[in-house]
Amino acid sequence: MGRILAIIFAIFTVALVAAGAIHKSSTATASTPEAAVQSLLADAKARDWQGAYSYVAKASNADLQNFQRDIQGRDASLRTYSSIDSFQTRVLRQNDDEGLVRTDVKYSTAVGPFYDTRDLRVVREGGNWKVVWPVQKEQTVPPQVIPVNYLRWDIIWRGANDDWGAQDVESPHVRILSMHPTERDNSVILMGEVVNEDTVPAFVSVGATLVGKNGQDLAEETSFDKTSHVLLPKEVSPYRVDFPGIKLADIKSARMKPDSMLVPASADPVIGVLHQRIEQDAKGHTVLRGELLNESGQTVNIPHVLATFYDNSGQVIWVSDGYVDRALQPQVPQPFAVDLRDELASQVHTYRVTVNQYSLNRQE
Amino acid sequence: MRRISFWIATFVLCWVAANWAHGAELRIPQNATAGQSLTIGAGAGGTLYLVGPGQVIKRKVQGGEDVQISGDELRNAGRWIAIVRGGGGDQSQVFWVRPGKAENVNFLARPSRVPVNKPGVISGVAFVFDKSQNLVIDPTKVNFSLSVGSAHAEHTATSSNGVAWVTSSSAPKAGAAQFVASLPDVQVRRVIEQVASDPCNLKMKVIQREKGKVTVETDPVRDCTGNAVPDGTIVTFTQTDSTGRSVVDARIKKGIARAQLPAESNARISVASGVVLGNEIRLGGGQ
Repeated sequence: MGRILAIIFAIFTVALVAAGAIHKSSTATASTPEAAVQSLLADAKARDWQGAYSYVAKASNADLQNFQRDIQGRDASLRTYSSIDSFQTRVLRQNDDEGLVRTDVKYSTAVGPFYDTRDLRVVREGGNWKVVWPVQKEQTVPPQVIPVNYLRWDIIWRGANDDWGAQDVESPHVRILSMHPTERDNSVILMGEVVNEDTVPAFVSVGATLVGKNGQDLAEETSFDKTSHVLLPKEVSPYRVDFPGIKLADIKSARMKPDSMLVPASADPVIGVLHQRIEQDAKGHTVLRGELLNESGQTVNIPHVLATFYDNSGQVIWVSDGYVDRALQPQVPQPFAVDLRDELASQVHTYRVTVNQYSLNRQE
Repeated sequence: MRRISFWIATFVLCWVAANWAHGAELRIPQNATAGQSLTIGAGAGGTLYLVGPGQVIKRKVQGGEDVQISGDELRNAGRWIAIVRGGGGDQSQVFWVRPGKAENVNFLARPSRVPVNKPGVISGVAFVFDKSQNLVIDPTKVNFSLSVGSAHAEHTATSSNGVAWVTSSSAPKAGAAQFVASLPDVQVRRVIEQVASDPCNLKMKVIQREKGKVTVETDPVRDCTGNAVPDGTIVTFTQTDSTGRSVVDARIKKGIARAQLPAESNARISVASGVVLGNEIRLGGGQ
C-alpha cells in the first residue's frame, strides 16, 4: 500500500513539474480577432510578457523588450506604478484577413484608475490571428549639454537660540481670485483660481467648508490633487473642491480657506503646453488635447495636467485634470488629453492648461 | 506738683515704650528698586523671609540689626512680603519693588517681507525691560529707525506700560530694510525685506524666428516704482493660432522672461504675470 502511495505521489509531482515547465509556444493560436486581443491583454494582465508577445503580429515591428516597456512603462513614469485591472473589447469591423478591435483597458495606478482606449488592428498570420501592437516609438534626445541655471529658494528658519522677538520668515501671501459653485453628478463642486501674490514659492492647499441653511457646517474638503500645490511667485493655479452627496440647494454659504506655507523650491523645470485644442475622442466625448514639452535637461517622471475652462464672461466653469502615464524626456513633446464635460463644451470660450510635475531625481 | 510729676513720668514711660516698640518693628524703604541693594530693619530679630515674584530670600538676623539685600539678589519687580519669625513675635509687611532702569528692549517687527510703496504696512513693537528683564512701566523714550539704502526714517515713541510701537509705510525702493529699535544704551535690529510689487508695463518682443520656433522675450520686468521683479517670478506667454493654443509659464531670469513657441503664421501671442496683462503680438500681421 505504501509503495503504491509513493508511486502515486511521484507521478503527481512529475506531472506538476511538467505543468509548471510548459510555456506557451511562440505560435499561440486565437480563432478570432477579438480572442487574439483578449488573450494578449489577459497575458499582459498576468505579466506573462512572453505569452502576450506571442499574440503580437510581426507587422508590429516590435521586439519583446519594447512591447513589454510599452505596456509596463519606463523611466519611472506613472505606467511603471500601474497594472492592468480590467479590459473590454469590441469588434469594430472584421473580414477574412483583418479585423479592427476597440480595447478599453483600465489600469490601476498609484493615483487612481487610468483608462486607455485603442483601436487595434488584428491580422491573419499563418492561419492565426495576431494583433498589430502599435509600440509608441520613444524619441531619444541627442547627446548634448543643457545649461540649467534657474534659481532655487532655500529657507533659513528661526533658530532655537533667537530671542523671542526675532521674527520668523513670513508665510507667502496667496489669494483666491475666483470661486464658482456648481452641482454635478450629485456633488457640490467649488472651483476657481488661486494666485501666489508673493515673491517666494508657496505650498498651497485650498480647503472649503459648506455651511447649511441652519448655519451648521455640512462638510469640509480640500482640493487634494485638483490644484497645483507648489506655486512660484505670481503663478496662478486652478482648484476644484468636490463635496459628494450634497445638494447646492442645501447650502447657505461656503467658507474658503487657502493655506500657504513657505517651502524650498526650484524654478526648474519649465514645461510648455503646446497645440492645445478641444476635440472629440474616439468615443465621441469632448477632450482637450495638446502636447507637453519639457524644456529642462532632466526627465519629468509623472506629469499632471490641470485644465481650467472659462465661459465668455471669464468665469471658471470647469476644472479638469489628468495624469500623463509616460515620462517627459527633455525636449521631447508628449501628447496629453483631459476630459471636458460634453454639456459644457458649447459654453467654453477659452481655457488654460498648467502642469504639475513629480520627479524622482529632483531635490526641492 | 504731684500731678505734674505724674504726667511727666507717664510721658517718659510712653516715649520709652514707643521707642522700644519702634526698634522691634520691620522697617522697609518704600522706594525699593529691582537690581539695587535694599536695607531692611528686622526689629527684634529672628528669621527674615522675603517672598517675591518667583523668588524667596531667607536671612538670620539679630535683634536691632539691619539686613542688607544686594542688588543681584533683589532681581524681580513686583509685590513682595517681608516676614520675621521668632525674636518675640511674628511680623510681616508688604512692600513693592519697582523695575530698574530701562536697559533691554525686545523688538517685534512685522512683517518680515513686504511689497514696496504700501502705506502703513510695517509695524514695530518694542517692550522695554530693565537688566533683570522686568517690564519697565515708567514712560520711556524708544527710538525707531527704518532705513533701506540711502533712505532713512526715524521716529521716537514713548512707552506706555512698557510698550512702545510705531507703524510705517514701506519705502519705494526694494531691498533689505534695517529696522532698529533703540534705547540710549542698547539697540535691536530686525530686517524687513521690501520686495518689488506687481509687474508694471509688461512688454515683450520677438527676438528670434527659426526652425519652426519663435522666441519671445520680455523687456526687463519692473514694478510701477522701477524695482526689478525678482527672478523666478512666473510670466505666462500664450500663443493662439490655427493649430490651437500654446502656453509657456516662463520664469524671470536675470530680469527678463523668455519662451520658445511654435512658429505659426497669423499667431497671436500675449503675455501676463499673475493678474497683470502685458502687450500682444500678432505674427505675420505686425504688432
